[in-house]
Amino acid sequence: MFGILKIASRNLMRYSRRTALTVSLIVIGVVFVSVFVSISGSFKNMMISQITDSMTGHVQVHRKGYMGAVETLPQNMNIKLMGLDRFDNALKDISGVEAISERIKFGGMFSTFTETSNIRLNGIDPEKEYKVVPLLPARILEGSKDLKRGEIIIPRLFANSMKVKVGDTVVVVASNKDGSVNGKQLKVSGIVESATGPGGRDGYVHIEDASEILRMDIPEISEIAIRIKDFDKLHEFEAALTERLSKELNKKGLPMFDVHTWEKLSPFYNIARMIDMMTLFVKILLVAVVLISVLNVMMMAVYERTREIGTAAAIGTRPSKILLLFLSEGLMMGIIGAGLGAAISIAAVYLINLKKITFNFGMQKGIILSASVDYKQLAVISLTVISVALLATLLPAIKASGTEPVNALRHI
Amino acid sequence: MSLVVAQDISKTYLLGSTEVNALSGVSFCLEKSSFISFVGPSGSGKTTLLNLIGCLDKPTTGTLIVCGEDTSKLKYSARADFRGKNIGFIFQDFNLMPVLSVYENTEYPLVMVQNINAAERKKRVELMLDAVGMSGHRDKRPSQLSGGQKQRVAVARALVTNPSLILADEPTANLDHDTSMKIISLMKSMRDNFGTTFVFSTHDPKVVKEAEKVFVLEDGKLVKEEA
Ligand SMILES: Nc1ncnc2c1ncn2[C@@H]1O[C@H](COP(=O)(O)OP(=O)(O)O)[C@@H](O)[C@H]1O
Ligand SMILES: [Mg+2]
Repeated sequence: MFGILKIASRNLMRYSRRTALTVSLIVIGVVFVSVFVSISGSFKNMMISQITDSMTGHVQVHRKGYMGAVETLPQNMNIKLMGLDRFDNALKDISGVEAISERIKFGGMFSTFTETSNIRLNGIDPEKEYKVVPLLPARILEGSKDLKRGEIIIPRLFANSMKVKVGDTVVVVASNKDGSVNGKQLKVSGIVESATGPGGRDGYVHIEDASEILRMDIPEISEIAIRIKDFDKLHEFEAALTERLSKELNKKGLPMFDVHTWEKLSPFYNIARMIDMMTLFVKILLVAVVLISVLNVMMMAVYERTREIGTAAAIGTRPSKILLLFLSEGLMMGIIGAGLGAAISIAAVYLINLKKITFNFGMQKGIILSASVDYKQLAVISLTVISVALLATLLPAIKASGTEPVNALRHI
Repeated sequence: MSLVVAQDISKTYLLGSTEVNALSGVSFCLEKSSFISFVGPSGSGKTTLLNLIGCLDKPTTGTLIVCGEDTSKLKYSARADFRGKNIGFIFQDFNLMPVLSVYENTEYPLVMVQNINAAERKKRVELMLDAVGMSGHRDKRPSQLSGGQKQRVAVARALVTNPSLILADEPTANLDHDTSMKIISLMKSMRDNFGTTFVFSTHDPKVVKEAEKVFVLEDGKLVKEEA
């Protein structure tokens, strides 16, 4: 084996310019793809976390059919006390939950005594809610983050157009599922930055105020938001929870609950999908570049070295050794290209982070792009490149190993 | 038993739709440790015959026994093994590996064809380089050598595996007269020292004189056999 590697490396150095060109093509390809993957991946992850960590949570559970009617925030489709008990019981069988927060979602009239407008509100327990959507407190720009009873937090754009400031007293009026109207005077305790996506322009009141306004004698919940411990296991968690909750049937024998991940709750899922698609295409491009350049250079090598191959074969070199000789040349180019490419990619991502590139996502401005090297992806890319280089060499190598020495030795 | 026994062998090439009889009805025996030459004008079938003896090609008809083996029955890979074990080759164009040094070229068959351990390799390669007078150039690449020096290395490479038979197809065709004579006498002294059978082809009458037995080929037929 040592002999083969020595001869292979000498042959690579013999055509040093050609080898360098091929290797640098591979390097450029690997760097381009790796940097693209880590930036697009980081961007995607940040986008997802902006959505999940400030509004939706990772997973939401509703009463069956609620999401179909969510536009009107119907009060007759809440989860009742019995349902809540059954949900709590079911959740005990599921692992991986970090936190849950129950929400009462309702629409109502918001009045400043001079002006009145519609508002969508979430009744929440702030302590529980902040554990599920940890970026929410940071979005509260003015006033206090701890939402006490008798207080309301309203979106900034809403506050601006209603000319409401922190400390103002307002009235929220809403009708419950029986149609009875009720109102409550609340103090504006905070202004929340409006965010892109569903729930990004909702206000917040304390959950007990919500049930008081809606005159719930027995507590009811519109939505349960869940944060899980390991976001990478989102789909396993969803499957497990869906499976478990499908056993909870109502009196008619139909499932009581619906489970939705953030993907089904936010239109940004499609953007995330598109980023994934683009990454895939870029990877396919890399495979093509490596395949063609290595194939080309190795085919040329086999043709040019016909006499040498003929000589080697004539003096008794086995076809398998000749095959190995060429395969190791392709393999070496692949390994060097992938190795150099990976090293440069890591350095490039590091430099990009030093530059602190910022971007805006909807209302959130100046988010710093913190690209991180995805070592798993990098390993996959490198191994793919090496395998493709090997594959590209296979055809010319097989041709070389089957050389008839008689014909090859006549070759000029 | 003779080292090579050829009985009525012929070789026909198909050139497009016409058949070329490169060899027809050739029979001969080659004895161990002999120093033999096949002579004849260009196109008389020397290369074809040496290729057949060297198990690089198969006769169209007839039987050819080399080192006790009917080589026409061997498969592609087995033929490579047979050549690696029994036969050494010396080529008209030297055919050294350009990326390997003199030492490494000589060592090549011991590493890539036979699996000889490092200590034994070193011993054999040094012995051979000494025998062909190339020890002083062991680290040079073929491109740094003269034609005669290249052919000396080729002789060392052919001999290093201790083959029973060395085939040299016009080994002096690319060398000047003096060098040619030196290479032929080198081959002869190798035969004397190691007892290896040498078969070479040539169309140079002066070189032919050095052979102990000469077969004359004309148009693919053996026309004369002289000792
Ligand atoms: N591969 C081949 N295909 C067709 N004809 C061939 C081939 N090899 C040799 N010949 C023909 O066979 C004859 C003998 O050739 P060769 O053995 O090379 O002669 P020499 O080595 O004595 O010059 C020539 O007429 C040559 O043209
Ligand atoms: Mg010839």
